[in-house]
Parts: sequence; C-alpha cells; structure tokens
Amino acid sequence: MTSLPTTTERKLGLVIDLDTCVGCHACVVACKGWNTVADDGAPLSDVDAYGPDPVGTFLNRVHSFEVTPDDGGAARVVHFPRSCLHCEDAPCVTVCPTGASFKRAEDGIVLVNEDDCMGCGLCAWACPYGARELDLAAGVMKKCTLCVDRIYNENLPDADRVPACVRTCPAGARHFGDLGDPESEVSRLVAARDGMALMPECGTKPVNRYLPPRPRDVTSDERLDDAAEGSDRPSGFLGWLDRMLEAL
Amino acid sequence: MSKPAARPSPPVSDEVRQTTCYMCACRCGINVHLDGGKVKYIEGNRDHPVNRGVLCAKGSAGVMQHLSPARLRAPLRRTGPRGSGQFEEISWDEAYAIAEGWLRPLRETAPERLAFFTGRDQSQSFTGLWAQAFGTPNYAAHGGFCSVNMAAAGIYTLGGAFWEFGQPDWERTKLLLLFGVAEDHDSNPIKIGLGQLKERGARVIGINPIRTGYNAIADDWFGITPGTDGLFIGALIHELLRAGKIDLDYLARYTNAPFLVNAEPGHEDEGLFLRDADGKALVRDRATGALCPFDTPGLRADLAADLRHEGVRHRSALSLLADAYLSDRYAPETVAPTCGIEAGRIRALAAELARVAFEEEIVVEQPWTDWKGERHDRMIGRPVSMHAMRGISAHSNGFQTCRALHILQILLGSVEVPGGFRFKPPYPKPVEAHPRPHGTARPGQPLDGPHLGYPLGPEDLLIDDEGKALRIDKAFTWEHPLSAHGLMHMVISNAHAGDPYRIDTLFLYMANMAWNSSMNTAETMAMLTDTDENGDYVIPHIIYSDAYASEMVAYADLILPDTTYLERHDCISLLDRPICEADAAADAIRWPVVEPDRDVKGFQTALVELGARLGLPGFVNDDGTAKYRDYADYIVNHERRPGIGPLAGWRGPDGEAQGRGAPNPDQLRRYIENGGFWIAHIPEEARFYKPWNAAYQDWAVKIGLFDAAQPFVFNLYAEPLRRFQRAAEGHGDIQPPEHLRARIRTAFTPIPEWYPPYEETAVDPDAFPLHALTQRPMHMYHSWGSQNAWLRQITNAHKLYLPAEVWEAEGFREGDWAYVTSAHGRIKVPVARMDALNGKTLWTWNAIGKRRGAWALDPDAPEATRGFLLNHLIGELLPPRGDGMRWANSDPVTGQAAWFDLRVKVEKAPPGPPTEPAFPPLSSPVGRGPAIVRFGEEFK
Amino acid sequence: MHPAASVIVFTTLSGAGFGLLAFLGIGEPAPTGLRAFWFYLLGYGLAVAGLLASTLHLANPRNAIKAFREWRSSWLSREAVLSVTALIAVAPVAFGRVFLGQDWPVLGVIGAALCLLVVFSTSMIYAQLRTVPRWNTPLTPVVFLAFALAGGAILAGRLQAALAALAVLGCVQLAAWIVGDRRFAQAGSDAGTATGLGRIGRVRLLEPPHAGRNYVLDEMAFRVGRRHAAKLRILSLVGAVVLPGILLATLGTGVVVTAVAAILHLAGALASRWLFFAEARHVVGLYYGR
Ligand SMILES: Nc1nc2c(c(=O)[nH]1)N[C@H]1C(S)=C(S)[C@@H](COP(=O)(O)OP(=O)(O)OC[C@H]3O[C@@H](n4cnc5c(=O)[nH]c(N)nc54)[C@H](O)[C@@H]3O)O[C@H]1N2
Ligand SMILES: Nc1nc2c(c(=O)[nH]1)N[C@H]1C(S)=C(S)[C@@H](COP(=O)(O)OP(=O)(O)OC[C@H]3O[C@@H](n4cnc5c(=O)[nH]c(N)nc54)[C@H](O)[C@@H]3O)O[C@H]1N2
Ligand code: SF4
Ligand code: SF4
Ligand code: SF4
Ligand code: SF4
Ligand code: SF4
Ligand SMILES: [Mo]
Repeated sequence: MTSLPTTTERKLGLVIDLDTCVGCHACVVACKGWNTVADDGAPLSDVDAYGPDPVGTFLNRVHSFEVTPDDGGAARVVHFPRSCLHCEDAPCVTVCPTGASFKRAEDGIVLVNEDDCMGCGLCAWACPYGARELDLAAGVMKKCTLCVDRIYNENLPDADRVPACVRTCPAGARHFGDLGDPESEVSRLVAARDGMALMPECGTKPVNRYLPPRPRDVTSDERLDDAAEGSDRPSGFLGWLDRMLEAL
Repeated sequence: MSKPAARPSPPVSDEVRQTTCYMCACRCGINVHLDGGKVKYIEGNRDHPVNRGVLCAKGSAGVMQHLSPARLRAPLRRTGPRGSGQFEEISWDEAYAIAEGWLRPLRETAPERLAFFTGRDQSQSFTGLWAQAFGTPNYAAHGGFCSVNMAAAGIYTLGGAFWEFGQPDWERTKLLLLFGVAEDHDSNPIKIGLGQLKERGARVIGINPIRTGYNAIADDWFGITPGTDGLFIGALIHELLRAGKIDLDYLARYTNAPFLVNAEPGHEDEGLFLRDADGKALVRDRATGALCPFDTPGLRADLAADLRHEGVRHRSALSLLADAYLSDRYAPETVAPTCGIEAGRIRALAAELARVAFEEEIVVEQPWTDWKGERHDRMIGRPVSMHAMRGISAHSNGFQTCRALHILQILLGSVEVPGGFRFKPPYPKPVEAHPRPHGTARPGQPLDGPHLGYPLGPEDLLIDDEGKALRIDKAFTWEHPLSAHGLMHMVISNAHAGDPYRIDTLFLYMANMAWNSSMNTAETMAMLTDTDENGDYVIPHIIYSDAYASEMVAYADLILPDTTYLERHDCISLLDRPICEADAAADAIRWPVVEPDRDVKGFQTALVELGARLGLPGFVNDDGTAKYRDYADYIVNHERRPGIGPLAGWRGPDGEAQGRGAPNPDQLRRYIENGGFWIAHIPEEARFYKPWNAAYQDWAVKIGLFDAAQPFVFNLYAEPLRRFQRAAEGHGDIQPPEHLRARIRTAFTPIPEWYPPYEETAVDPDAFPLHALTQRPMHMYHSWGSQNAWLRQITNAHKLYLPAEVWEAEGFREGDWAYVTSAHGRIKVPVARMDALNGKTLWTWNAIGKRRGAWALDPDAPEATRGFLLNHLIGELLPPRGDGMRWANSDPVTGQAAWFDLRVKVEKAPPGPPTEPAFPPLSSPVGRGPAIVRFGEEFK
Repeated sequence: MHPAASVIVFTTLSGAGFGLLAFLGIGEPAPTGLRAFWFYLLGYGLAVAGLLASTLHLANPRNAIKAFREWRSSWLSREAVLSVTALIAVAPVAFGRVFLGQDWPVLGVIGAALCLLVVFSTSMIYAQLRTVPRWNTPLTPVVFLAFALAGGAILAGRLQAALAALAVLGCVQLAAWIVGDRRFAQAGSDAGTATGLGRIGRVRLLEPPHAGRNYVLDEMAFRVGRRHAAKLRILSLVGAVVLPGILLATLGTGVVVTAVAAILHLAGALASRWLFFAEARHVVGLYYGR
C-alpha cells in the first residue's frame, strides 16, 4: 500500500560523517556488488558497459563539492555520498500508482517490490535526492534497500548484519542504526555533532543524517619563544645546548 | 494489505574462499563468495591485519576485473608490425620455445643482453632470484620511477621508509602531518587510521598543493607550492631549534647527533666521522670528556661537542645541523614566498608540533631494556606523527626533502615511540645491513650477488674502470649513485640509444611502459618500434607478461598471458614487501580460488618453467630435471637461507615452527585454513623503540627477520652521502666525471639542503609559470581500472583543474578546453576550475586516458576521446643545458623520476574532443567487451 | 525535466480529447447519429491515443494494470482509474446519441465532470511534486484545465466558449510562466540546503559522482536555453491562443476553419507542454551543479 505508515517501530538509517569521508567510492562499489547479486530483484545492469556511453545503475554515489567560506577563508572540498534517506514522509511512496513502493512499518525502510513496478519513474521524480534509479535493462525502479537482506540475514554472522556500504567504508564514515531511539549510537552522534537533514524544505523528513564537517583552518598566532637570547643564531643555540646538557 | 517483504535471510553463497586482493599493492584480505563455482561477491576479511574487514572500491570491483573482457586468452605471437596490436594465439610450448630460443644464447654469451624489468611486481624476491640465476645485471622492478627517494632517504636515515613499511601510531598519535599523499600503497590502513584519528578528535594536517581526499578531511591545509617542501620543513626545523624544542635525550641515545664530524675545512676526511681503530664512530662523553665508541654503555654523549682531536677540529653532527638550519635561508619569512605559505602559519605549526610533542607526551607503562642493557621503567612517547609519499619524493630534490622530513621527526623524538611513527617488521634495519648492489655479468654464470642494494660509498657503484655503467638503466652510476630500485624509466631509451650498450631481449612484466608508466610516451612508442639500417628492430626482441590487453601488449613480440589474481598462487613474503603491522610480522598468499577458464598461466609459474628449460641454477636439480613443479611448489620448498623460505608461517615438518624451520609440504593448506595469511605478534615489551629494544631484537632473530641482533642509531648526519660529495670534491680513487661534480656537491649534502627542482632551473620560469601534477584516484589503480565495467563509470573522462587565479586571468568558462604546453610537448584537454588549490598548480587524475583500441574498450570510449595523460608533457631528459649536456629528469641521488617537477603554461583551445595527442587505434587481440552487463543474473 | 515525447503527446492530446468529451457531455454541442459518431470518435480517439502514448513511457508495461491499485494515495493511479471511469461513463451517452438518437443530460454532465477530473488528476501528478517547484503550484491544474477546455471548445465548434477559454488560457498561461520563473528560488532549495553545507559557505560541484550520464540526470537534469525558451513561449502562445482566436473570431466555426484552428492550437499546446517539462527544474539537479 502506498500510503505511509503513521509511525514506524524503528527508524533504521545511516549517519554519514562528512568530516571523515575521503571520497573513495568504496561504498559505491560495495553497494553495487552486493545489490547486483541480491537474492530477489533484477541485477543492477550496466548498459554500454565498455562503450562510449556507459550507463549503469548505482544505489549510492559520491559527489565532491567545493565550499568557499563566507568569511573569506580558504576554499575546501567536501566529499558527499548520496543514497536513499528512508524519509518518514517519503513522497516517492505516496506517488507510486502500483503500490510497488512502500515504507515498512516495522523499521521504516523504503523499498520497491519489483514484481509490481511498472517503471513509470514517478517515484524518482518525487524524490528530491536522486535516490532512485530506473534500471535500463530490467525496466524496474531500483533504490537503496538499506541492505534489508543483510541486516536481518541469519546466514550472516552478527557483525556482518550491517549494510554493505557501512561494512566496507575504510574511513568509518558511515554509521548504521536506529535513529528513532535517542539512546542509539547513531542518535548520539547526531546529537553530539549537530547532524543535518538534507533539504528540509522539501518536507520529506529524512531519517538519514549527515554530520557536518568540523571547522577547518583554525588559525592560531602561536609562536615559539627563543630558547635563550641569541638562540636564533647557531652560536647562541650551541650555548643554550651546552647549558641544557650540563643540566641534564 | 501485506507486503511481500524482501526475503530476509537469503544465503549469500555456496562457499567462501579467503585470499589476498590484488586490485592494488595494498594486499588486503578478501572473502571471495562463490556460487555454483563462480565468483559472486567479494568483501573484506575482518580478521586480516591489513584491512580488518574493510575494502576499497577497487577491491569490491574485483569481480569485474576477474570478468574483464580485456583478459588475454592464450600466449600470443606478434603477426603485424610492432605497435599494431596484431597477434596470433599460440600454445605454451611454442611460447616457451620462442623465449628459450632467444634467451639461451644470451645466457651463454652475454647475459647482460637480457633486460628483465618487472613493474608492479609483488614477487621481487623470486623474479630477482631468477634474474640473478640467469646472470643478467639488468633487473629491477618499478621503484625507480615510483618512490625510491622515499625508500632510500628512509633507509639511509632511519633504516626504513614510510611507504608501506611503517605507519603512524594510529591508536595514540594526537597530531598527524601528511606530506604529499593522495592515496599511497597503504590504501585501506591509512583510511582506517584517519577514521580512528577523527573518532578520537586527533588533528590531521595536510601539506599538499591540492585539497582533495585525505587533504580535504585534514583539519588544516597548507597548500604548498610543489617542490618546496624541503624549505618548509627546514623552516619548521629552524623554529624548533631556535626555541630549543628538540628531544635531547632521544638525540643523544638513539641517533648519530653526538657523532664527531671532521670539521677541518679542506681536510681529506672533512665531513667524515671520527672513528676508532675498529671503525666505530666516536662521541665525547660529557661525564669524563673522553672520546668513546658511540655504543659504550653508560655514556653521556655530548651533543654540543666541538673539539680538536690530533689537531683536527671535530664537531657534533647536531651542531653542524644547527649551523645549517638556523641560517636565515630557513627563516619562515624567507621561505614563505617560495612555499606559498604565510610565515605566521609556519611558525604556528612549529609551535603546535612542539606543544604536542613535549607538553602532551604520552606514557606506556611498559618497562623495557635497551641495546646497551639499560632498563627503562616506561615508554615515553611524543604523539606527533608524519607520513609522506610521492608529493615529496617525485621531485628532483625529493631525496633530500624526504631526509629533511625524517630529521624533523628525529628532532622531535617521535620515531619508534608511542604516538609517533612506527616501523613494521622487518624494518627498521640499518643501511649497513642491507645488501650492496651487484652487476658483474659472466657468460653462463649467475650474477655475483643480488642486483639492488644501498651503496655506502663510491666503491659500491656499478661502473667499470672507465666509469661506464654496468647496467642498462645506468643505476648506481655517478648520474644517480643511490638508485636503490633501479631506473626502469630509463631502460627503453638507453636500450634504444645503445648506451651504455645494446641489448637483445627486453623482458617486461606487469608494466604499461608504452603508456602511463613512461615519461615521453610518444617517443617511447617510437623507440619500441624503431628499426636499424637493416630494417630490424633496434630492440630486437620484446617479451611481455600481462593479464590484460593493455597498451604495452601491442608493443611486444611474445606475450605470456597471466591469470587474474583469483586464479593463481602468489606469495606476499617477508623477503619482499610483506604485510606486517607495527605490532606484528605477517605474510600472506594468493591461491586459485577459481581455476582459469582459458589458456593462461601464473607468470611466476611460467618463469619456473622457463628457468628449468634454461637450466638456471636453483631451478634445476643436479640431474637437470626441473626443481619445482610450479610457483606453489617454489613457495613451499625454496629456502633462501637454511630454514628461511618465502613464507614464515607453519614451517617445519609438523607446521609448528614460525619464521625459521624446514619446508612444510602442508604449508599452503595451513595458510588457506587461516584465511590466507599468517601473523605473529610482537611481544609487549618489544613493541616500541625497535632498533634499540633488546626484546625486539631477540624476537626478530628468533623468527628469522635477522640472523643477529643489529641495534643501530638513526642518521641525522648521512655519512655515505658525504663520501660521494667528497669524491666530487676531488678526494679518493673513484671520482665523478667533471660535468657531474658540481651537482653532486650540492645534492649530496650529508645534512639535507634544499635546492630548486631541476626542471625549474632548466626551463624559463616565465614561459612555463605553472606546476602540473597528477593524483591517484582512490578507485582506480593506474591503467587497470578502465577495463572494469563498474569503476570506469566513476571516472572515464576527467578534467585538468585550474586554480581560480589562472582560471580568471585566462578568462576560462565552464566547458572550455585548453592547450597545456611544457618544454617537452603539448596536450589539449578539458579544464575545470578549482579554488581549493595552490594558485600556481594545475592537476588532474592519473592514468585515466587510454589509447584507442586498448583494454577491449570501444575506440570511441571517453577514456580515449576525453581522457588524457600528463605523461606526454614529461620528458625523461631535461632540455639541453648551456653546455649541451642533457640531464635526466630525475633525482641526482637516487634517479627517482621527477614526475612532479613539470612546468607548464596553459591557454585556451578550441572547445571539444578529442584530447590531443590522439594516436591511431590499436587492434585488439581480445575483441571488444559486451554491450550490456547484467552481472548477477546467473545467480538468481 | 526531460521533455519526453510520449508524455507531452499524451497530456496534450488526452487533455483536448477529454475537453471535447466534456463539452459533448454538457450538450455543447449535442449531436446525434453520424455526426455524433464523428465527434465521439474524435474525443475518444484523442483521449485513448494519449493514454496509450503514456504507456510508452513505462519501462515495464507488463505491470501497467497494477496502476489502478493505489488510487487512495497516488494521483497517477487516480488518473488511471478516473480516465477509465470517465471513458466508460461517457459511453452510454455516446451510445444513446449515435445509435438511439437519445440524450441523457444528467449522465452527460456526470461524464463531463469526470472528464475534467481526469485532466485535473493528470495535472496533479505534476502539481504535487515539491521536487519541481515550477509545477508545484495551483496554476498547474488551472493551466491544464484551461488547455483542455480551450482545445475541447475549439473541437466542439463552440465559438463563444472557445474564445472565452482561449482568453482565459492566454492569461493563466502567462501567469504560470511568470509565477513559474520564480518558483525555484521561492521554494528555497539550493546547493547549500541540498548538501547541508550552506552553513559553511558557498557550495559548488567540483566533481560529479560519475563521469557520464545516469538515469536521474537523463530524466531530471534537462536544461533549456533561456533564449530558446522565450522564443518557444511566443510561438506557443501565438499557436495555441492568438491564431486560433483570430481565425475563429473572423472566420467562424466551419469544419475547415475548426480543423486549422485546432491543429494550430494543438501545436501551440505541444510547444507549451514541451516547455512545461523542459523549463521545469528538479531540485536533484542541485547535486549535479545543474
Ligand atoms: N603522469 C604520471 N605518470 C605516472 C605517475 C604519476 O604520478 N604521474 N606515477 C608513476 C608511478 S609511481 C608508477 S608505480 C607507474 C605505474 O605504472 P605501471 O607500472 O605501468 O602500472 P599499471 O598501469 O598498473 O600497469 C601495469 C600493467 O600490469 C598489468 N596487469 C594487471 N594485473 C596483472 C596481472 O595480474 N598480471 C600481469 N602479468 N599483469 C597485470 C596491467 O594490465 C598493466 O598493463 O606510473 C608512473 N606514471
Ligand atoms: N587507488 C590507487 N592507489 C594507489 C595507486 C593507484 O594508482 N591507485 N598507485 C600506487 C602507487 S604505484 C603509488 S607510487 C602510490 C602513490 O601514492 P601517493 O603518493 O599518494 O600518490 P599520488 O597520487 O601521486 O599523490 C601525490 C600527492 O602529492 C601531492 N604533491 C605533488 N607535489 C607535491 C609537493 O611538492 N609537495 C607536497 N606536499 N605535495 C605534493 C599531490 O597533490 C598528490 O596529492 O599509490 C599507490 N596506491
Ligand atoms: S566508503 Fe566511506 S570514505 Fe569512502 S566515499 Fe564512502 S563514505 Fe566516504
Ligand atoms: S530519499 Fe527519496 S527515495 Fe528515499 S525515501 Fe526519501 S524520497 Fe524516497
Ligand atoms: S517506477 Fe515503479 S515504484 Fe516507482 S512509482 Fe512507478 S511503479 Fe511505483
Ligand atoms: S545501505 Fe545497502 S543498498 Fe543502501 S547504499 Fe548502503 S549498500 Fe547500498
Ligand atoms: S586497497 Fe583496495 S585494491 Fe588495494 S588490496 Fe586493498 S582492497 Fe584491494
Ligand atoms: Mo608507484
């Protein structure tokens, strides 16, 4: 049913630390690798894979932005992974005519049932974040599943019951958990680091949060004192050294 | 309405096989999931010491590498002209027969006429052994164009290098300085480490002209002008010395700072250490005033010594260092304009280093005993760490810059201490314990010793009595005496020029020399195809082993097709480039987790076979039969020294021995059971102060890293350099030729002195006002990534980034293209603006550009039409100088290729592809890739 | 937004078709016999052709039948349900007029209302999308309805109604453009809110996440040149409103004149609809610097 659940028991999602993400694309490829062989659902195809115009389906992509501080400080680069935010008010779900798109009441994960999808693309239009991609070969809508086939997977050891992108992120910039539980690790991170919702003005109430980069280039005018008078000359330094060694 | 939930617990695969990744040289542990015998999914191995479960983009894309349409299918014999890409498939027997036919006569008459260079080789201890057995002096891997400055400066100073041979103490460090690192070999460990620092709130400082990747997440960014780090580091040292913020106790105990240097101007031994009759360096004991050997127990070494001994003035190395760095040359104000960094920021950084090192010192409550038998109650650490890579090493002043950086670390007392920079076994190892180079070829005989090593003075050079090079790459000659990794980038041009001599067969493995790993790419292709007056190729035979249809394949006569990394045995050995951690020794294997589906062979296995056919010593039994069945057999049964083999784990008949022990026929199975690797943890007491820690030394001997304890001190003052400098001043029997004397005098200072990169002085700085750099994309490994259906979508076209200053001055607009011109050539490329960039620097991603027709890609692939290489702009020789001499575009000490010295100018070009130069397409020996990939379908 | 031909043709033709059926429904005109047959054939033809064209837009038409399921929440589903309902509801009246010479005005009015509801629901598919601020205004349904009514009136040969509808259409179309041009800025999304990095400074895309195209870009990052758009706006207004208005006002509603006016109007409507998509900026473009 494409109506949204009024509440969900949990709000599972990702917290992505923009202070730590080095932009390595590991999460992008791990996501592709896991989801293309996913048990149900079509592969994430790559059209014109070795040709002039390759177009493949990816559920997670990493952008690089340059931010020029308003105060005139040095410009900086922020690497920015983007995938489905599992919105509480997910417009992609309510627009879906077939009921293929839905949000789970138990954990808030937004999914597509490919057996129902007619590939109209309207859900992708409704998503502000570009999180849905229609697979060109299969003709069905694809999106991040929050690795629902991993996080509850009894064939995986406990430690591996996390999304593929989280498991692989070398820098540890991706965190997974229940954002509905204020005591969870991810909620604490969000509280401590002022985690942000993207495009709040779109009214989607995203579950995923981004931790903003910490301040950079905090300039100090620290300056070391001379060790002794004249220690900025070799002879003065050696005099100081001699005295120090005597005292040792 | 209830929803069909995704099946919550799908089985992931039938079987998991654990091996080692080879999508790059980091060598992470991987779990390869197989379904119906086919590779389905690859993830990181959580138990593996290198990556602890994480995996980079390349690693996860290994499936697509394995399934690449560019994989070679069978041995190939060239049918068209060289460079056309036309081949016929032949059998292995034919291939071996051809190779044997070329090589046997060479071995019997003039083994040096084989040049065997092995590129991105992870089996150098094996390929080197093969070359040694063959008898050619002409062997090296790719280190000479990669980072030998880093390696050599590290070995000569600390007995080990950054690179993958050491690591910041990620758990404890509070301040990390990253110099010129975009990715590095320790790809995942660095990312894991940076993540740890971020989690702990430790500070990271990036010194790099470009602010992406690691530098983007650094708390502070110093957008330094390329080639000037030596000055910048010098200014930090200047500040620390001025303020007396140096670790005197550390310097006195663990370094040669108190060694007495002959300081008598013009004296024959000027600059050499005062030594006793046994050759031991002497220091002055402050307690007694006596001169005693530096390793005398209980000594209070005088760091300030300035004395006359037998009438000759001698001064401590530290006092000479103070002379050098306290000079105004290194005052922050002086270096600021050249480095492009404000003096105040340099001062503040020095202050921060001092504060963290000395006021935030950390303590590990662990008593230990040092090399002189003194017991220490605890381990004191200075939580300042540094890491550097090619940004400082790929310059013609890189060796000395790397040395300066190590000196900065030493002065702060932050090497091999908690919170500082830590080595991974078997490093550090004093330079004296490393081998010397060998290069004397004798017909039918093996070489007189290992090819590569670390010269200690002119007598270790590989030159004949006339001063002529023994090696084709002219390694270990006066042109670059400490070329410890050889000079693969000079092989083709020297062989083409017949200087120092002509060769017959060029045998290459895993190096794309006809493309991204050469300077002067177009010229290299021309040299490979050039013919003599008889119409014969100037380089008569070229054998090449690749696994894929790379650009280089097209330029060889005989191709030995390798397997992919999931289909072969490999050994990541302690004899080579191991995967140790600061707290453990470790090695690993690869094994065929799937069998090849085509007529390819692991290259090492092919070498084993070729070695046996040629009857090379060590490859045949006394009766002439083959000694090893294949590489796996070699890995298990070869012994380098009795009890020491390629793999350290599960040795001895019962597999219970570690490090030392007889070969164990069951060894590989034990590795496989353990996830493909072996690890031995360093005892608690031995974890820090490794070079001086008795417990560590004992442990290292026990597991066979060394044969005897070898404590040593760090070399603030590099006496071997002085020996070369002395020769250039006219001392000794072996002296450099006249034209090189001046440059050896300035480049071989035993205390690092900065000099401008050579290209800067060789070209007109007004004509070529800008620097141009490349960076490695984290998701691509050199040229390999473009055949990978997933990775190439991320970057198949790229742009040259221009700083705001240049962008605006030249009036560039989005979508513009530009001509970039160097003294060497011109390219046409698309450009983009970037502000977080040094104002004099342009940059782009490395090795994205591809030759049309290579890699099973469509000839119109963006890699060929919108991708490009800066290599076309970089010469292996500098423009001619006033005296007509042409210097190599390399570091004068090590021969390291100076990729990042490049100077250019940029101007608008007519917009639109293709990038220039555009070369004619290659024909593909493997056809083209399929139009559509639906990987995963077969498992549904 | 990518101006996909199928969707443009669909919305334009079916709008005019349903408009015509609506006029027929309220008995303006109320033809019978063969004349009715031609009228209804035209109305049904346009409406159904449009609907069929819209299925071309589906990547997985096998499941198109499932589009009727979610009428409680989805405008696209409502449109599907309503269009079938409307086509069925109009049928008895058409049957009566063509074959029985009978008229059932109440049923006719209900059918007409349903036809307009179809157009409304079509427009709401777009108007509901906060991701496309230009569409996300009440003017979107107004413009769609105005087009349907104008097209319907022309085809129905109702001079007064046609002239009035064209006048209204001209006004609302202009209003939609003027208002639409400001909507993106008003909606308040920019690269700063899209990334959350606006709190630090000015945000600019340095490197896209992939070198080439992808579905999202193809579908949602279409940009049309400002000058090109201005020209098209004039052409569309002239074609859809001015010329048909002048033609009808001066030459009356003969078959030929009506046909020419209708063709001009539909051509103008297609141009307008093309612009409706091409000028619409989706907020996702902010992640791609577009
Ligand atoms: N402009 C510029 N140029 C540079 C650099 C730079 O920074 N800027 N960096 C330089 C440096 S440091 C380096 S190390 C070089 C690297 O340059 P190369 O050593 O040429 O590296 P690759 O492109 O990785 O090419 C290695 C070859 O190995 C092949 N190969 C891959 N896997 C296998 C396998 O399993 N078996 C076999 N037999 N072959 C295989 C590939 O197909 C490829 O042809 O580039 C250098 N070139
Ligand atoms: N993903 C991936 N990993 C790789 C490789 C790969 O191709 N892909 N290649 C492997 C190989 S062979 C090597 S050698 C290593 C190289 O590892 P890195 O040294 O990290 O390699 P580069 O990408 O060449 O980065 C050089 C960095 O130095 C900076 N730089 C250039 N000149 C200067 C300077 O004068 N001063 C300072 N401070 N910085 C400067 C550049 O901006 C750039 O960030 O990476 C290895 N790891
Ligand atoms: S894997 Fe982690 S560090 Fe790499 S791009 Fe993704 S989030 Fe960033
Ligand atoms: S991010 Fe997009 S696809 Fe995901 S729930 Fe929100 S609106 Fe839907
Ligand atoms: S594309 Fe599929 S999931 Fe998306 S709205 Fe259409 S039917 Fe629903
Ligand atoms: S949670 Fe799973 S599906 Fe979603 S981005 Fe991460 S790996 Fe991809
Ligand atoms: S860093 Fe990546 S490519 Fe390199 S070995 Fe590790 S996982 Fe493989
Ligand atoms: Mo390298």
